[in-house]
Amino acid sequence: MDFRLEEEQQMLQDAIHRLAEERMRPAYREADEDGQLPADVIQAGWDMGLLPTAIPEAFGGLGEHSVTTNAVAIEALAWGDLATTIAIMQPALFAMPVMLEGTPGQKEAWLPQFCGPKPPPVAAALIERGIHFGPRQLRTSAERRNGGFVLNGKKTMSPLADSAENILVYANEAGKTQAFIVAADGEGVTVGDRDKLMGIKALPTFEIDLQNVAVAASAKLGGDAGIDFEKILAHSRVALGAAAVGMARASYEYAMAYAKDRVQFGEPVAHRQSIAFMLAEMAIDIDAARLMVWEAAWLLDQGQPAIRETALLKYTIDEMVLQICDRGLQVLGGHGYIREHPVELWLRNARGFASFDGLLIA
Amino acid sequence: MIDFEVPAFITNQLQLVKMAAEQTMRPKSRYYDEHEGEIPVEFVNLMWQFMSNQQKRQVEKWESQLNGTNGQAGAPPETRKGPDFTILNLVYMIEMLSWGDAGIYLCLPAPMLGGAAVEAVGTTEQKVRFLRRFSEGDPTWGAMAMTEPGAGSDTSAIRTTARLDEENNQWVLNGEKIFCTSGGLALSESDGFVVVWATVDAKAGRAGMKPFVVEAGTPGVVVAKKEHKLGIRASDTVSIVLSDARIPYDNVLGSAEVRDKSAGTRGFKGAMKTFDASRPAVAASAMGIARAAFEYSRDKLKEAGIEVDYTKPRHLLTAIERDLLEMEARLKAGWLLTVRAATMMGYGETNRLEASMCKARAGETATWITQKAVELLGPLGYSRDILVEKWMRDAKINDIYEGTKQINLLIVARSILGYTRKELK
Repeated sequence: MDFRLEEEQQMLQDAIHRLAEERMRPAYREADEDGQLPADVIQAGWDMGLLPTAIPEAFGGLGEHSVTTNAVAIEALAWGDLATTIAIMQPALFAMPVMLEGTPGQKEAWLPQFCGPKPPPVAAALIERGIHFGPRQLRTSAERRNGGFVLNGKKTMSPLADSAENILVYANEAGKTQAFIVAADGEGVTVGDRDKLMGIKALPTFEIDLQNVAVAASAKLGGDAGIDFEKILAHSRVALGAAAVGMARASYEYAMAYAKDRVQFGEPVAHRQSIAFMLAEMAIDIDAARLMVWEAAWLLDQGQPAIRETALLKYTIDEMVLQICDRGLQVLGGHGYIREHPVELWLRNARGFASFDGLLIA
Repeated sequence: MIDFEVPAFITNQLQLVKMAAEQTMRPKSRYYDEHEGEIPVEFVNLMWQFMSNQQKRQVEKWESQLNGTNGQAGAPPETRKGPDFTILNLVYMIEMLSWGDAGIYLCLPAPMLGGAAVEAVGTTEQKVRFLRRFSEGDPTWGAMAMTEPGAGSDTSAIRTTARLDEENNQWVLNGEKIFCTSGGLALSESDGFVVVWATVDAKAGRAGMKPFVVEAGTPGVVVAKKEHKLGIRASDTVSIVLSDARIPYDNVLGSAEVRDKSAGTRGFKGAMKTFDASRPAVAASAMGIARAAFEYSRDKLKEAGIEVDYTKPRHLLTAIERDLLEMEARLKAGWLLTVRAATMMGYGETNRLEASMCKARAGETATWITQKAVELLGPLGYSRDILVEKWMRDAKINDIYEGTKQINLLIVARSILGYTRKELK
């Protein structure tokens, strides 16, 4: 039993924290207002090399995939800014499922492309709009036809899909969630308008419409046997949990600093139990959530499916990040409501986690 | 590196503990709940064999230190090979015993909090002198007496006094302690002891407070009242009245410098360190009760065809499935916080903040989970024919003793804010 980081993990965490503080934090507000990512920051994030580190040596990577290390990294990134984090990690949404579940041929074809200075233009599409949405009950369908598959359906919130040449589309095939590599310029594929979301506004995400999109059998991830979607979903939920912890911690730290500074009735508001206790509960919530993230990550690193643990994790962090970011805003009172402090942005981002399945992966 | 593997020696031991819980605790839970004051003898006798053997090894270690190194404390954790998971082991054991029965668990014939104080502040000679009795002979109990009618959360308000009678080289203690767990067992049912917190100088506040070992048979000590409680009814909870109770000079815990009035709060702080271990221990007890309630609810609902499907999307979850998920998520979170606090001690890390975090959260979690369990089980949950209503009654104390949730939140808040009681009341 051990909860201490290794020296290398600590160094990675420190490096990412510097990136987050020096590059992400100064840029996030303008990026959110303008709906535009800071390209140089994205590149700096990519240069951290998280994905190439994970990719096996046979395909040009370092072969050191550690879900726990990625969880530490993603927490540190999201502390900086969530939209930027998703953009930095976006190539992994394509590469990691290939790495985890692809055929040897698919791995050979794709993974080396993610080990260079710039990732290839790819995207992934899981989420569907509607209250019915469940990653295991997709309405986008894939039917066998003419030796291949035909895809029909509508996806939403696919990050950076407008610049993608290939999109990993999740669809329901014979009652199970499978994934298909779809050419973005293929017939029947329409990358639609950019989504208008409450949060992560710096991150361009898109609707993708699929009308009788024909793909070859080789486009099915994992070949004929398909994928273990549970594994991909579990890796995604750990990443989302880590990001939620990072962003919640950002809100908590910001609120605490504010509360210690803001004087009302002759003393800092942090002197009042109602505020101090709110902060104390936030601190406990964050630590508890992080432990759940790490436990699930560790199980995945041990080769365990962790379905139960990631389900409990997702259930917990969806609410935790919202409550903490809500309290964070509350501590700032009226000033928290203004789009100058980050707390309102973190709250807008926070509520999204309940629908963010597939936007991050570890 | 991050590792959630439970050490094998703990897993192995737990099998015995689980057996003890299933065989000597659960079958008697209702009986001892309805026969307050009766000692759970089967449990006591079974656990005494186990506990006294463990204690024997400890005592032998201290005795060899006394003979070899003249009273110095044992090597700090970092100089030993690997981590010291004594507290982690304790936490797992207490969780399992409390899963069995939290009230009966508190009747464990062991030094308990009194022993924790001895180990935290006592000299090696004192450790041997006071703790040897737990390694041989008949079942023996240790206890700690801090609370008074006018001093609960406010420990600085303690008014029990200790006056030094230099002529006879004795301390003379006067005062009343309440809510002392196993005080009667320690003083009347065995040759145990109670560590009594008393002040040598009421005007000095915390600086005047010292821990005094009051052994069974001390004249002037009366176990005055046995409490009738909401829950943990099997646990012996008593008032102790000290009227010119005389104890040997050497029964004040700590080395000479700590006994010296001018040594400030070192003694008090030293004993506050016991809470770094005891808070996770109480949190573990809370989580054991919570697990019992959760597992029972889950199994009973499964019989009725209601089972959590971890792959179900949100919009298809029924309210009761969501409640079960909530219970399990809170159970996991509370337990992980507890294990984390205990594990830190294994690596010699300061865990004051984490100990208070887990205690605050675990008490609340156990309360919530057990109350929810009674609700979910409907009229069955409310019935005294099953144990769930008892677990709800047992759970509640964990929000209160060993530092109330509010006090523990205060400790957490002061720690994260860097405030003293001056800034944050």
